Amino acid sequence: MTFSIQRSIVSGRRGTTQKLWFSLFRVAAAINVLALFAVILFIITRGLSAISWEFLTQMPRNSMTEGGILPCIVGTASLALGALAISFPVGVGTAIYLNEYAGQGRIVSVIRFAIANLAGVPSVVFGLFGLAFFCTVLKIGVSLLAGALTLGVMSLPVIIGAAEEALKAVPDTYREASLGLGASKWQTICRVVVPSALPGILTGAILALGRAAGETAPIMFTGAVFFTPDLPTSVFDEVMALPYHIYVLATAGTHIGETRHLQYGTALVLIALVLGMNLCAIILRSRLRKRSRV
Amino acid sequence: MTHSESTAAPHTPAPPSERVPRETTAPERGSLTGRRTAVGEWVAESTLLVISLVSILVLGLIMLFLILEGTPTFSFVSVKEFIGGVLWYPTDEPPAFGILALIVGSFAVTMLSSLISVPSGVMTAIYLSEIAPPRVAEWLKPAIELLASLPSVVIGFFGMVAVAPLMQNLFDIPTGLNLFTASIMLAFMSIPTICTISEDALRSVPITYREASLALGATPFETISRVTVPAALSGITTAIILGMSRAIGETMVVLMVAGGAAMVPESLFDPIRPMPASIASEMGEAPFRGEHYHALFATGITLFLFTIVFNVLAMSVSRRYRLKG
Repeated sequence: MTFSIQRSIVSGRRGTTQKLWFSLFRVAAAINVLALFAVILFIITRGLSAISWEFLTQMPRNSMTEGGILPCIVGTASLALGALAISFPVGVGTAIYLNEYAGQGRIVSVIRFAIANLAGVPSVVFGLFGLAFFCTVLKIGVSLLAGALTLGVMSLPVIIGAAEEALKAVPDTYREASLGLGASKWQTICRVVVPSALPGILTGAILALGRAAGETAPIMFTGAVFFTPDLPTSVFDEVMALPYHIYVLATAGTHIGETRHLQYGTALVLIALVLGMNLCAIILRSRLRKRSRV
Repeated sequence: MTHSESTAAPHTPAPPSERVPRETTAPERGSLTGRRTAVGEWVAESTLLVISLVSILVLGLIMLFLILEGTPTFSFVSVKEFIGGVLWYPTDEPPAFGILALIVGSFAVTMLSSLISVPSGVMTAIYLSEIAPPRVAEWLKPAIELLASLPSVVIGFFGMVAVAPLMQNLFDIPTGLNLFTASIMLAFMSIPTICTISEDALRSVPITYREASLALGATPFETISRVTVPAALSGITTAIILGMSRAIGETMVVLMVAGGAAMVPESLFDPIRPMPASIASEMGEAPFRGEHYHALFATGITLFLFTIVFNVLAMSVSRRYRLKG
């Protein structure tokens, strides 16, 4: 966008009104950025003292009032990666179908309607669904697998949206050139369209990974537990998870005051993980945009 | 520019999202390519179609299982008592299953938070799209995205340990965990949604509109308030509805910050227990397939219905405005 009205000079009463409103707009924007930094700085300053090698690599001890958060880190990593393993193929497949094959038919509008509504389903309702379907009907029980499945279906709209946007950004000329050379449609998609859209699709995957790692409500009844004495050894084990650990330490139990530093430490690890992934995605995407502009 | 379809330009004659179906550029099936390729093509397309149906399947299964596990509630409490009852004592003898206080709590916190998030989100969007120099916008946009990516449990935790004590001292109230604090924290969860979608809507207003208005002698602010914002109004409305939908379904923030009392709030500083908080905190203790368990699923149905209404509303607003174009 080349349009800009930053440096216009307006005098008189209309100028005053404008100045007043423009400063209000600036303040609104500034407050949101300040809120972001307030939260991040607060967690960093309070949490940094809790971070140590032991904190990151040991099991919790003494009914979780001492020791580390290794099982939570392992649990969150496996839940998020498991969720991605489920949502990535389905999400990318859906995006390819919607962008490359689908026309304007009724089935397509139903698919789009379902995706839009899926994106709006509250996270706690996903939790209820996971409990009723994955844990109970499929008899998986409260486990890593059930939690990952629940998080997977929850992050489906994120992946579909990002992948579709990436596919849309591939110029039609690429497809026409490939088809013109005699490649079939499927060959065109596999060897031309998807490879050119791959960085954008991966950006979406990172965003989905970050979202899955930070969610609490969907795993509360499906995968995460208070405490496990061991690291998970199979997908049917219950796991501990960073977000749930923060919630449990901060609200339940008898040692809320004593474990404050552990709560800050866990929160710091979680936001470092989630914001780190999101920053990667943002940087990757802005590079892509710059490249495509050339 | 990459806009989502829902926020296509309002008055451009042919929206750019209107895409030529790819079929027209594909070679005639079976003419140049051999039969084996043709079969392969058919298999690929059908597989992808089946994969796409997963989204419908999941949404259907969510509804099915909410209904299956939720409707047994109405064998021990009538729909009227359930929706209209103010008493929520699921573990007492005899138990009381009325979720009106939870519904009122959800609405109170959503409305109050939108009083903060709507002006703030829309004004930030206006700043980003109309006023900010590109250099500033380049930094501001990622910051808003990072705000969106903060895990809700972290925002809830921050509200609990930092904002609630502050409120308690500031207003001299018995507890900082109440409707007011929860609304503030919740607002920051919906601001990114409102801001990004509104910004898309504002940016898709054709530049000629602004130029025409400025050329007629309107100030930049008059252009924004009388031309650009009205032209983008349906997109902004969609943004607001989706932001509120996000706020009503948000769980961890209200679970940790709202105070948790299942009462109809009488003042700003009363603790409340919105529907998601109730589900999240009680499901762990509710006996499997007991009355309490079913009642929580029925609460889930209510919550789900509210968000569906919000989403369908948002979709119809954005569709109507696309047709106008």
